[in-house]
Amino acid sequence: MKRVVITGAGTINALAHDVPGTFEAFREGRCGITELEIRDRDRLSIQIGGQVHHWDPEAHFNRQQIVLYDKFTQFTLLAAREAVGQSGLNFDGHLGYEAGVVLGTAAGGVNTWDENYRTVYEEGKNRVHPFVVPKLMNNAAASHISMEFNLKGPSFTVATACASSNHAMGQAFNMVRSGMSRAMVTGGSESMLCFGGIKAWEGLRVMSKDACRPFSLNRNGMVQGEGAAVFVFEEYEHARKRGAEILAEVVGFAMTSDASDIVMPNKQGAARAISGALRDAKLNGEEVGYINAHGTGTAANDKTECAAVADVFGHHADRLTISSTKSMHGHLIGGTGAVELLACIMALKDGVIAPTIGYEEPDPECALDVVPNVARDAKVDVVLSNAFAFGGLNAVLALRKV
Amino acid sequence: MTSVEQEVIRIIAEQAVLDPADVTPDSTLADLGIDSLGLVESIFAIEEAFDISVPFNANDPSASGFDISTVKSIVAAVEGLVAQKA
Repeated sequence: MKRVVITGAGTINALAHDVPGTFEAFREGRCGITELEIRDRDRLSIQIGGQVHHWDPEAHFNRQQIVLYDKFTQFTLLAAREAVGQSGLNFDGHLGYEAGVVLGTAAGGVNTWDENYRTVYEEGKNRVHPFVVPKLMNNAAASHISMEFNLKGPSFTVATACASSNHAMGQAFNMVRSGMSRAMVTGGSESMLCFGGIKAWEGLRVMSKDACRPFSLNRNGMVQGEGAAVFVFEEYEHARKRGAEILAEVVGFAMTSDASDIVMPNKQGAARAISGALRDAKLNGEEVGYINAHGTGTAANDKTECAAVADVFGHHADRLTISSTKSMHGHLIGGTGAVELLACIMALKDGVIAPTIGYEEPDPECALDVVPNVARDAKVDVVLSNAFAFGGLNAVLALRKV
Repeated sequence: MTSVEQEVIRIIAEQAVLDPADVTPDSTLADLGIDSLGLVESIFAIEEAFDISVPFNANDPSASGFDISTVKSIVAAVEGLVAQKA
């Protein structure tokens, strides 16, 4: 088995258009959730989101690219450029055959669906742009990354709703660990902050109209976000020989299925994924200093997640820290685990735990150290990142300081 | 039985896969076997049937002022919203 390390990270999300800016926002506990600026906002009952503002695709892509790139692809490419740039890897030679890209997205090109449904249904037109299909398909972002960086190995896209990114990164991890690939570009993205994308979520009645307050007694639901985060996972010896900066080591991954309900979370399924990741990494629970929670801010998730953590860690659950950065960047659905992995890297590399902001009242059912409102300096060696999706599909990653 | 009551009972009965005659005013949704998804779907059907907007958040059902504890309380809440509309 090979060791797997992260040698590059990139992102764009509601907090910043890059990793340093996102880290700064995490340290400051800044909220990126604002009033939405989208078409037909007045017809929505949910009017807030973690939207990427000041987004100017023309600053990054030419006209021919923009007609082929849905916003989720644009976000992914921007994040991938930052990650690959930081890694210093060049895939033009033989390495390109030993490297691929696995990404997560729940819904792919939602803006493209939305705009073109308007064209045919609202405007009554009978013709759409010729590139609608290659633009909206879920694997478009992965394919464009493969083309931009010459990645010719195993490449695909994973869709497991809110766990998509963690499932994707888990695959990339196992591919490098097994020797199937030398390096993998991995992460996830989502861009469904458009009328149809939000209207669909409104229907479930789990969204907050004012803020995402994970673990707080007065939490009243989730807030959607958008953006992407992408990483370079690389075989340790390969990274070491070329003197690459190592951000963290990926040491374990586990996935489970609740097999119980299409929307309600399940404590046993979550707990099995957490303990499975520890087992895969050959870790003792007491080594874990921080957990980036799934922490959606819904009544059901947060209490179930805290109960699962308490079950797995026993007394140590009261000593570790657990926070939900969704309070700052919103819930990026299929891209969320990727953006949240940044908080894990920050904890390991910089010794700063990102806070759970918007925290107002303790909930006895979420009685863990949720790092309320203010970031905290702490030396942690091992962290976990939880993702528990609709459909009962759970995926947990374990990372260690190098 | 008012027309609102009749329609609400029809919607709830359909969701519970029961005969409307088996849905009594004192039944709770749990009694009728309606879970959280069934509740959200019932509220949607009520909104469509009466052209009203029900202020219901599944994270905090009690905060919305729309009392879902029994069939009777739901009928009263719907009657209130219908009256507000008129």
